[in-house]
Amino acid sequence: MRAPVLVGYGQGFWGDSILGPIRLVREGPLHYLVLDYLAEVTMSILQKQKGRDPRTGYATDFVAMLDRLLPELVAKKIKVVANAGGVNPVACMQAVLELARKKGIRGLKVGIVEGDDVLARVPELVAAGEELRNMDTGAPIATVQDRLLSANVYLGALPIAECLAQGADIVIGGRLTDPALVAGPLLHEFGWSPTDHTRLAHATVAGHIAECGAQCTGGNFTGWREVRDFVRIGYPVIEAHPDGTFFVTKHAGTGGLIDTRTVTSQLLYEMGDPRRYLGPDCVADFTSIRLEQAGPDRVRVSGIAGAAPTGTYKVSASYANGFKAVGELTISGPEALAKARLCAEIVFGRLALDGAVYAEHEKLVELVGSGVCHAGIVPEADPPEIVLRLGVKGPDRRKVDRFGMELVPLVTSGPPGVTGFAGGRPKATEIVSYWPALLGKDKVRTAVRVEAVQ
Amino acid sequence: MKKIRLGDIAYARSGDKGDGSNVGVFVTRREHYDLLRERLTPEVVRRHFHAICKGKVVRHELDNLLALNFLLGDSLGGGGSESLKTDAQGKTHGLALLLLELEV
Repeated sequence: MRAPVLVGYGQGFWGDSILGPIRLVREGPLHYLVLDYLAEVTMSILQKQKGRDPRTGYATDFVAMLDRLLPELVAKKIKVVANAGGVNPVACMQAVLELARKKGIRGLKVGIVEGDDVLARVPELVAAGEELRNMDTGAPIATVQDRLLSANVYLGALPIAECLAQGADIVIGGRLTDPALVAGPLLHEFGWSPTDHTRLAHATVAGHIAECGAQCTGGNFTGWREVRDFVRIGYPVIEAHPDGTFFVTKHAGTGGLIDTRTVTSQLLYEMGDPRRYLGPDCVADFTSIRLEQAGPDRVRVSGIAGAAPTGTYKVSASYANGFKAVGELTISGPEALAKARLCAEIVFGRLALDGAVYAEHEKLVELVGSGVCHAGIVPEADPPEIVLRLGVKGPDRRKVDRFGMELVPLVTSGPPGVTGFAGGRPKATEIVSYWPALLGKDKVRTAVRVEAVQ
Repeated sequence: MKKIRLGDIAYARSGDKGDGSNVGVFVTRREHYDLLRERLTPEVVRRHFHAICKGKVVRHELDNLLALNFLLGDSLGGGGSESLKTDAQGKTHGLALLLLELEV
């Protein structure tokens, strides 16, 4: 057993900078590179892609990242764990195996975790009496079953550890929880019992701190003036110890800031009830976490109470819920505020002339620059220019598209100083709504598979 | 009576929770935490966000981190991809809370 184990979190979401993984691998020691690519809405996009082409449906950015880093990862014996498989881990594995073959890397073992995707099983589950009620509204999933776009359970550390135990150098999963990407490797490395909920709670909290990449190393910190060198901000490296305690660190010489405040900030991110942080592996009590500054850019985390997980997995489902369109125009001053307000009236007035009337909750008017993010808190400003942001939504696609045609005409038929219309007509896009539910763990079968590059 | 702005003594982070947001706020000194716990009630926070938060406000306490966690119900204009708002994920709600002034 090696100790400590160093786990770097190189990607906080799909769209995060590729400099995260590149610099984690090149600028300091690392045992595991882990990357998160999935958000609720991502799964529905990937299901649609897979529907059009069965070889797609995974995070292609992951393969592009490996294309740049694979030889170095192999040379440094850094293992990789990612939920890049999306709704098609098999296709993602094939793409990685193909890439490794092309690069002449033989013997590399690529593993996948399957079983999270329950979309095709929803009819059978509903027929068997599973209601998959929406955790927020209480409605049964049958009410949106004909519009479902994706349905995945959140899997945890266990199948990841199993995949690593089978010798995988790269583990690809679908809907693995973000913290499990850290907890899985630690469970494997330290040989903890899956019922050691205290240690798993530590690993889960480590994953929670690191899961948004640089958001624990100085990014999005409200004390931002103290953060040095944002350009070369270091991504987090969890230095984990066999007893569960860990240090939040980053590579020496990188930018950013790690102290008890930047770590506390991230602990509070997307927090619900802090006493019951629910995950597939354990329940962690965030009110027991102890933080200590252990050196420059180094915070020790310990004392975390963990309990057995619940008997259910969280299901993240999504369904089609109508259409929306949003467009922007820039209104220069003088009197930008009054003119922007007039422009909004003109657009919705002209739409009404043509029979397109939208309910109040289907419309949006934002005078960006006047104080929209902090509406009702800061006084409305009349700045030298305003970005007028208009939007509509609703079940009727044509009515949403009709809105988009009435923005550009303002340039010549409204008050003076309307400009900045670069994106063309805003077109209706599908609204994907989230459906959180619970499903008994006995209803889900996970499987792992490892293949070597021939 | 003197007024202090929360941002002078506290830090905050916010994000989305379904169709609402959470705002975590914390301080580094115990006496400031006691002040927050006493004065930063759910009702005070609800009034502060009156134009943003249409649902109820729930508060959780984390004594170990000198932190309070507020859940702001229905504060994202629908939430997720349903929302048309610029800040559909409540990313700026933390800074909004730090603008609050308290009389001390």
